[in-house]
Amino acid sequence: MSDFDSLSSVSSDKELQDFLMVEKQKAQVNAQIHEFNDICWEKCIGKPGSKLDSSTETCLSNCVDRFIDTSLLVTQRFAQLLQKRSGAL
Amino acid sequence: MAGMGNLSIAEKEELIGQVKQQIAVANAQELLTKMTEKCFKKCVAKPGVQLDSSEQKCISMCMDRYMDSWNLVSRTYSNRLLREQNKM
Repeated sequence: MSDFDSLSSVSSDKELQDFLMVEKQKAQVNAQIHEFNDICWEKCIGKPGSKLDSSTETCLSNCVDRFIDTSLLVTQRFAQLLQKRSGAL
Repeated sequence: MAGMGNLSIAEKEELIGQVKQQIAVANAQELLTKMTEKCFKKCVAKPGVQLDSSEQKCISMCMDRYMDSWNLVSRTYSNRLLREQNKM
């Protein structure tokens, strides 16, 4: 089967499409977790010890939630700024 | 584009298996890259002529803690996603 043939049958196959969509979403969530962990590791971890202590755990989960809050807030305010600006024109 | 012939069930399964495997490899690579970068930064302050034993110890603890941290972040994020979904 040529590449073209298999590509077109992939794109017309419902089951494969669904599978790819789910995998794509999973990959996006995964990439997001990597990004959060990257950011919050820098914020919360000093010298790596023999286990994560409870204050570090609290720091990590607060960090994730506050980062999301920040992202939502920045997005909202940015949208408001754009609206104001377009209203002024 | 119809009439190109659909994939047989076996072909489909093979394709799905390949995609899954590629994703697993990509995930492992991402984790490995991040872990190396973070633990080098934490544990090798002044690179000497070799990794000494305390650096090696630090690196293995760092790897374990990085995975703990990843799992905790993952749980926190999925809880948040659930909460946000319930709001809607």
